[in-house]
Amino acid sequence: MASVKEMRTRIASVKSIQKITKALQMVAAAKLRRAQTAAENARPYARRMANVIANLSAGVSGPSAPRLLAGTGSDQRHLVVVATSDRGLAGGFNSGIVRAAREKIGNLLADGKEVKIITVGRKGRDQLRRTYGKHFIANYEVGLKPATFALAQPIARKVLDLFEADEVDVVTLIYSRFKSVVSQVPTVRQLIPAEVDETEAQPNGSFYEYEPDEEAILEVLLPQNISVQILNALLQNEAGFYAAQMTATDNATRNAGDLIDNLTIQMNRTRQAQITKELIEIISGAAAV
Amino acid sequence: MADKISFDLVSPERLLLSEDAEMVTLPGTEGDLGVLPGHEPLITTLRPGVIAVKGGGQGDARFFVMGGFAEVNPEKLTVLAEEALPMADMDAAALNQRISNTKEDLLVAKSERERARLVQMLDSLEQARAAL
Repeated sequence: MASVKEMRTRIASVKSIQKITKALQMVAAAKLRRAQTAAENARPYARRMANVIANLSAGVSGPSAPRLLAGTGSDQRHLVVVATSDRGLAGGFNSGIVRAAREKIGNLLADGKEVKIITVGRKGRDQLRRTYGKHFIANYEVGLKPATFALAQPIARKVLDLFEADEVDVVTLIYSRFKSVVSQVPTVRQLIPAEVDETEAQPNGSFYEYEPDEEAILEVLLPQNISVQILNALLQNEAGFYAAQMTATDNATRNAGDLIDNLTIQMNRTRQAQITKELIEIISGAAAV
Repeated sequence: MADKISFDLVSPERLLLSEDAEMVTLPGTEGDLGVLPGHEPLITTLRPGVIAVKGGGQGDARFFVMGGFAEVNPEKLTVLAEEALPMADMDAAALNQRISNTKEDLLVAKSERERARLVQMLDSLEQARAAL
């Protein structure tokens, strides 16, 4: 059995770990609140955008429809954008996204499709590199600052460039949807061809006048929509990440507390055993004289 | 006919303004337009320029937008701006920065359409600078 001194050092080290996880938890909680507000603030824009696109796309169809909406007519070449966080210590947050990505990419490859991958966030890049490294075409880092439109735009630009250069047919975005503080759901969403939520269309949509015409507006809106969707994914990821980190570090803090209690009991037992042993030695020594 | 129109200004990051106004002037791609209550339903794209709100909840206000689009109903006007700033936060230096950025983009623009779009943007930006 370890000596009392060894156990004291052990307890001290667990205590300092607990301090660190506790601090991390509080930081995550504060950042979560901010990230949550940011995600909520972005919602009206995304909602209206979906609304207008649904209205517009009901009016345009057939061969004149923009390619971002109708697709290229093929689904051979896929681009998968995997959005994770840069940092860990967040339980299964990143693994969940990566698992969804692996499943999607695995299915595509099994079907004989061509796959290109863009990763956003260091964790996704590191975890996917071993298996799918040769499919990577670009990596982005999220950084420590809160996600902004300026962060989403270069990614959207890259996606659109690839699509316009006719190098990909279908673009899929994988991220973690922020359902609540305790629940983040890895989500696979198709960006191109755009998924139109028919339920967003208003019945009076066709009454609108368009300036310039419907197609010209869609041509501006659809690329913009890609940026918005990516921004939305980044914001939800950020909120989800801090929520997951808060839960994970909270658990760690509690585990460290349990460990300290156990170790303290063990240490006290050892100390008492030692005292008893010494007493017995003294008493039997005295009895022998 | 209501005498006020409800006006929402949203950027991708947040809701900037939501209030009732007497009139809102928008920098439409095909010319400026004033929106009064009871306007025809309309969807239009915007060029970079200034949105002026008249008789809003907090009096008159002006915002600078970097393009976007607007959805107009008889009772409601929604502007989805790519980027929007209150005019007070906008100064000539920031605008000049934008202009030089656009000029740089223009040099590396690949397609003819991209170039046309940037030239138009540059025009509007220079107009906005002149108006400042």
